[in-house]
Amino acid sequence: MAARDQHGTNPPWGDTFRVIGRPGRKVDGLAKATGAALYTDDLQLPGMLHARTLRSTVPHARIVRVDTSRARALPGVHAVLTGADLPERYGVIPWTQDETALAVDKVRFIGDEVAAVAAVDEDTALQALDLIEVEYEPLHAFLDPEEARTRAEPRIHEDKRDNVSKHVRLEFGPVDAELAGAELIVEGDYSFQSTTHAAIEPHCAVAAHDPSGTLTLWSSTQITHYVHRTVARVLGLPESRVRVIQPCLGGAFGGKSDPFSLELCVAKLAMMTGRPVKMLWTREEVFYAHRGRHAMQMHYRTGATKDGRIRAVDAKLLIDGGAYSSFGLVTTYYAGQLLTGPYAFPSYRFDSTRVFTNKPPCGPKRGHGSVQPRFAFETQLDEVAHALGLDPIEVRRRNFQGAFVETVNGQRVTSSGFLQCLEAVERASGWAERHGKLPRGRGLGVAGSMYISGTNYPVYPNELPQAGIQLKVDRSGLVLAFTGSNDIGQGSSTLVRNIVAEELGMDPADVRVVAADTDLCPVDLGAYSSRVTFMVGNATIDACRKLRRQLVEAVAAKWEVDAARVALGAGHAHDAEDPSRSLTTREVFQLAEARFETLGATGSYDTPELGGKYRGGTIGASPAYSFTAHVAEVEVDEETGRVTCTQLWVAHDCGRALNPTLVAGQIEGSAYMGAAEATLEHHQIDGRGLHTGPSLLDYPIPTSLDVPELHAIVVESLDPEGPYGAKEAGEGPLHPAIPAIGNAIFDAVGVRLRDLPFTPARVLAALRAQAAGGRG
Amino acid sequence: MIDLELTVNGELARVRVEPGARLLDVLRGPLGLPGTKEGCGNGECGACTVLVAGRPVCACLTPAAEVEGLEVLTVEGLVGPGGDLSAVQRAFVEGGGVQCGFCTPGMVMSVHALLERNPDPTPEDVREALTGNLCRCTGYAQIVESALLAARKRREAREGGDRA
Repeated sequence: MAARDQHGTNPPWGDTFRVIGRPGRKVDGLAKATGAALYTDDLQLPGMLHARTLRSTVPHARIVRVDTSRARALPGVHAVLTGADLPERYGVIPWTQDETALAVDKVRFIGDEVAAVAAVDEDTALQALDLIEVEYEPLHAFLDPEEARTRAEPRIHEDKRDNVSKHVRLEFGPVDAELAGAELIVEGDYSFQSTTHAAIEPHCAVAAHDPSGTLTLWSSTQITHYVHRTVARVLGLPESRVRVIQPCLGGAFGGKSDPFSLELCVAKLAMMTGRPVKMLWTREEVFYAHRGRHAMQMHYRTGATKDGRIRAVDAKLLIDGGAYSSFGLVTTYYAGQLLTGPYAFPSYRFDSTRVFTNKPPCGPKRGHGSVQPRFAFETQLDEVAHALGLDPIEVRRRNFQGAFVETVNGQRVTSSGFLQCLEAVERASGWAERHGKLPRGRGLGVAGSMYISGTNYPVYPNELPQAGIQLKVDRSGLVLAFTGSNDIGQGSSTLVRNIVAEELGMDPADVRVVAADTDLCPVDLGAYSSRVTFMVGNATIDACRKLRRQLVEAVAAKWEVDAARVALGAGHAHDAEDPSRSLTTREVFQLAEARFETLGATGSYDTPELGGKYRGGTIGASPAYSFTAHVAEVEVDEETGRVTCTQLWVAHDCGRALNPTLVAGQIEGSAYMGAAEATLEHHQIDGRGLHTGPSLLDYPIPTSLDVPELHAIVVESLDPEGPYGAKEAGEGPLHPAIPAIGNAIFDAVGVRLRDLPFTPARVLAALRAQAAGGRG
Repeated sequence: MIDLELTVNGELARVRVEPGARLLDVLRGPLGLPGTKEGCGNGECGACTVLVAGRPVCACLTPAAEVEGLEVLTVEGLVGPGGDLSAVQRAFVEGGGVQCGFCTPGMVMSVHALLERNPDPTPEDVREALTGNLCRCTGYAQIVESALLAARKRREAREGGDRA
């Protein structure tokens, strides 16, 4: 339930907290710092086999023949799988299930999974892969989305005409009339390259099948629940016979959201061999697994009045989806739906087309679907400001939509601290004194953004809670909190622990969290769409409130006082009117257990009804939105074309910061990742369909010397429905980094870059055009 | 197969391994020390950083046979008797240097090596020392802060010890 629904319009918390809002250790900090934390690849089970995957060497082909006989005959090989062994189609979105664990008839990109081998060790499995013969009948490979759409044949997926994965066209308000009446129109083409997550932990899965028929899968997934459903369906098992556990997870950023081939393969291999099976993907394989940011070609027209007020936005987007759908249906919507804040405009149209190509499949990467349009639009806002001679921050301020408003596409916006964010970065960066006034080669740029705190679109339609939590109360004074949510490093288990400690007045050390085990924990939809703090936080409060009533009642009865006099805090119950009287948490639990029998509580959260009343109107509808503003400072070396972002001021409205250390970490991590997409990273496939560099040297994620100085500023516009007023912090702060850097380049050297990444070659070409008198 | 005598975290261990076995596999396998992580296997990410004779190396690029007779220190070896964390480990926990934690063991080892040779590093010194350790979560800000916090705590402890 939303906090508002649970507790009425008055929030159920005061202004003072003992645990919430304070820095504090993460639940897993000590284990991670000492090496004791166990990740999936750290699991060693008796008799465990090791599996490897054979991948396609051609970008698009029919499979004529797969001969595994020599591989099967190799000593040490226990089982070989091909597509015929796991033919059931799956995909994270129920309407676009176009994947199989291993290729059945066709391969669709270089790196597509073709066969898998389980052997006594990895070396033997690798030798066996070499013995598998695959005969391909090559098909024309589409590496460009425009060609894939217009040439249309051969189809990458037989049931998808023109190789179109998804098309969405939505229009709100009188776009053409507003454009016709606009005093200024800026129009341009923008392009965003594909980038990838590059979490430091590669994907890994381990499966074991016990004699009673239960399959246990340990996987480095950020969405245990969807893996659970998919594995059961593809393996043909009842869901009740499958248990999925996410061990400690080494980073995800959206890249571990899909069910992956390796999870299905180890499950099947474990069932076939009767032995536990592990598969660890190499770094190279992680680049093929991808599901990273979609490359987009974007055309934007923005109409404005002469005082800089936006009247119309008209967008056309061509999205390069790669070989499979993944979350692409949602991506295609998000690319349009999430642009309608923090600014108001009375008319908006987007025409968004995702096209299949013979490249590694794209999917959700931090800021799913909305980072690319945000780059284009925030660049256009800067162009509007420049054309009208207005300050870019002032233009953004003038167009601010306000708080508690409905957007042009029918989304409900609640709290918004966007203006405070703008003011904070304006002040901190010395904008007024420095923008437009720095020596040539140095500049400042601004950009803003909005992002969801979870979505009411649960991927598969159902009436069940989106987040559930269960508390087990122990006589020892311990509370165990069971949550299906996935701690992927962002600290969701710490969040749960801290809320329980806050609500029940406990020492956080007396709360333990069991997370992401489908046998033990109630369902949570997982770590995606920035939903965890908002939804799991509210579910935890819900459970705690129920339990708290029992605890307070038991103490009040013991003391023979009114329940209102009983306060819980700092590991004790206190009598508010008689300070001499107190009980420890342990004593309180025992009193309550004696009175109510075995103690426990459940809590849940579901979004209120949200979204525009049109097809797709719920996609992008969130119970609350976060807001961000960035100012970037750059240096442009006009000799080399090299752009260096030296400073990044990031103000983010996350509602209440439930743990300031973790919030700052999310803001900084997001901002750095965005800055890297602006200048460094490019997940690139060459003209033969080959990845240009599937390694961390060739795909250059920043080192400690490559990051700007990051200034994280927390803005707290308390949200009426968030837990203690909190909203998301993990994805929103990425968005503005990229356009802010582009806009800063314009301030520095007067050239407008519309194609990402801002490489030295592009900067030099723009500078040459500028010198030749052309437009920047 | 070859027989090796390795000194890891102050203890002598005898292992029988393939001649080309990587130090990383020997640590994570027969020696039961999974704290050292494999992020790429190519010496690119630094998650497998351990100290050999006090110098940070990638255990994924180091043949186990090459470290015979040398002191190998892993993240587990920084934990004192009774489970006390080292100053660097504690600082990462307190300073927000740990998010997903997968780069943390390697980061901790690189910071430990830095502070052994430079007890009072500047932020630039820290950044320079960590170029071989990729982190994808933090943007390095809280890692650098954690390293500087560790340096301060170590200096304070030593000064306190001198006075005592």
